Amino acid sequence: MKTWNLSQLDDLFAAIAGRQTLYIPADAAGQPAFTRWEPGLAMTRALNTGRSAKDLFFPQVENLAAFQISGKTISVSPAQSPEEDYVIFGVRACDCRSFDILDSVFLAEPADTFYQARRAHATVITLACTEPEETCFCTSLGIDPQAPGGDISCWMAEGRLYLQANTPKGEALLASLPDLGEGEKPETNPSVFDKLPLKDLDFSVFQEKPLLDWFNSPLWESLSQSCLGCGSCTFVCPTCQCYDVRDFEGGGTVRRFRCWDSCMYSDFTMMAHGTNRPTQKERFRQRFLHKLVYHPNNHQGQIGCVGCGRCLQKCPISMNIVKVAKALKEGSV
Amino acid sequence: MQRSVIETAASLLETGVCTRVLGWKTGEFFYDVTPAVFTSAEEVRKDMVFTPFCGANLSKYLIAESRKEGKIAVFLKPCDTFSFVQLQKEHRICRENVYAVGVQCPGMSDPDALKALGLKGLTGCVQEGDTLRVDTLYGEKAVPLADALSLRCRGCKSKRLHDCDAIIGTQGKDLQTSRFAQVEALEAMTAEERFAFWRKELSKCIRCNACRNVCPACSCETCVFDNPDSGVQNKAAASSFEENLFHIIRAFHVAGRCTDCGECTRVCPQHIPLHLLNRKLIKDMNTLYGVYQAGADFETKPPMLAFTLEDPEASIITQGRNGQ
Amino acid sequence: MQVNETFTPTIVAFCCNWCSYAGADLSGTNRLQYPANVKIIRIPCSCRLNPMFILRAFQRGADGVILCGCHPGDCHYTTGNYYARRRMTLLFSLLDFLGIERERTRVEWVSAAEGAKFAATMNDFTETITRLGPNRRLEDLRCKEV
Repeated sequence: MKTWNLSQLDDLFAAIAGRQTLYIPADAAGQPAFTRWEPGLAMTRALNTGRSAKDLFFPQVENLAAFQISGKTISVSPAQSPEEDYVIFGVRACDCRSFDILDSVFLAEPADTFYQARRAHATVITLACTEPEETCFCTSLGIDPQAPGGDISCWMAEGRLYLQANTPKGEALLASLPDLGEGEKPETNPSVFDKLPLKDLDFSVFQEKPLLDWFNSPLWESLSQSCLGCGSCTFVCPTCQCYDVRDFEGGGTVRRFRCWDSCMYSDFTMMAHGTNRPTQKERFRQRFLHKLVYHPNNHQGQIGCVGCGRCLQKCPISMNIVKVAKALKEGSV
Repeated sequence: MQRSVIETAASLLETGVCTRVLGWKTGEFFYDVTPAVFTSAEEVRKDMVFTPFCGANLSKYLIAESRKEGKIAVFLKPCDTFSFVQLQKEHRICRENVYAVGVQCPGMSDPDALKALGLKGLTGCVQEGDTLRVDTLYGEKAVPLADALSLRCRGCKSKRLHDCDAIIGTQGKDLQTSRFAQVEALEAMTAEERFAFWRKELSKCIRCNACRNVCPACSCETCVFDNPDSGVQNKAAASSFEENLFHIIRAFHVAGRCTDCGECTRVCPQHIPLHLLNRKLIKDMNTLYGVYQAGADFETKPPMLAFTLEDPEASIITQGRNGQ
Repeated sequence: MQVNETFTPTIVAFCCNWCSYAGADLSGTNRLQYPANVKIIRIPCSCRLNPMFILRAFQRGADGVILCGCHPGDCHYTTGNYYARRRMTLLFSLLDFLGIERERTRVEWVSAAEGAKFAATMNDFTETITRLGPNRRLEDLRCKEV
């Protein structure tokens, strides 16, 4: 295992940034976010970023093509796929698992070429958790926050950073950093994970009963009652992947871009005939059943949630997947 | 306080004064309460809470709830009653279907304020006088209640409960506050500094629309930003202009109607101090057109629906104040 | 600030149908000169000016936006311009608060008889905006790429 002195973390960042663009979680105007590293940029002390790491593969706004209209001719210039190699440092185990979930959607045929290019050009360095928040429940989704995966896994212990390559891409990056030392990470005592209040959530019940039982549950009415129909949960979620494609007419050029969309919005999948989810109840149900039932049904039981706890922290009215799953489960007994 | 809120709610349902109660429902933790409608005294006794973490302003739910069959009782804190009155002034609430219970408020706490103090893994909380004893995954911490207050409660403008059918606690008074201090600090900056400040803040925006959807003053059936025919419909801020546009228009559309309840800043997942835009407008209207508090009464005409022949010209802004 | 000799600003002038638009017309028939880069948009009354129009003018390439309407007391609809006055004052103050240069926006009352004032106002406003330089703080780069 490779190792590095944590007091000289900046030097390691500089060494990586000397080879590829580097993103680290840093505080930007009081809000932790993955930020392009520049000398002097310090890593955040917060457990996780406000927005998830999916931004780096699936940005909120992405240009797809530009159209120039002159007279009766239209010239189309498709946007270039991103071709820059980059490194993301400090991804937590939950966000790292979210990449698998996004992969199962975006890399399935026909693959999303923009997402695919970003995934191919990125080296993901994960970081093990030692101080979880009360909202963390990744362990109940089979994620080990202390063995976070990615191309390189990292641990911070006793003033040192320990790095372990998991893939050839990770090995190549570690090999390009010659000043790393050798060492074995000390065993840590993760007793705090046993104290997590949400560690015993069980999502398996959602595979055991037919879809329509969940769909027709009378509980949706009361669960969705106070939902504001905003998109906070969707936009901070590491696994939400819906987007809308829109055109912007800017005078000379028409730009086609895609941007995140939320099934919580009243104009989500709006069509000429109107919308097929007329009230917040249907929209709310869509979001949670997608994660708990539809996605697992289509992807070998993989739950569409990674337990990062962001929606628990960010929902303006504190309604979230944990409350929904518990209520549905209790209501079904 | 919690006990009298619950008992009041239960007895309102038991005596048939109302058929539904709009209140706050307990969650997984001590702080994640959800607005909810209760239909039986049993539900109320089981799940209803009133703690220092019941920040949510319930008045906006009355737009829909007061149009339903039967009477609904609602619990409102002083600042929520301003929104309640303002919404009635705009004919958005059917008052005859509402039984309003005012709850005196000691100031609401905020889990984000606790986290800003460096607390992690919040699992429990007990109030002892002026101190909160917070249980965390990493041991117990004592926090002065004042340090846990949410940002908006630090500049509380009034403890007065407006237009309530019943009051729990005592009727309060309007307070003198320094709520415009940060607006003034920004005004004292140069335009370049202000521009940099707002770029830094507004570029964090993820356009989740939480600020808009929670706002009791934002009660349009279809928002201009959701209307495909408006020409400005956008789901994401695709450029820095669109970030500015949304927040300028959001603040401007509620000018003279915003009661300064602070919900916009409370709910922002990106911690953007959105209330500063609203407060700037309130401060300007107070200075230019006379002091006005939205939702404080039913009679006074809102400044943006009124004028005088002597109003100052826009040039006092564009030519610079104080000859700057 | 250095005067940019090569910069020709785009000015959008929202003119009320009853006074200022006629004032602009009069300045034309009197053969008074004002810069050709002033684009006039006719609106029924100064209070028809939605703040969104001003922002979108900046988005789509305006460097300065000016509203012209009937003098207070002379509104064709009696009171429209009084409401407009409050709205614009407040909006401009909010823009100033966001750090947008406050001289980029202006309100001027121009009657149907004031052709000379219209031309003088446009000349002065264009000069101010030329001195300020291009609008950068409320621009939308997507509208500038060809």
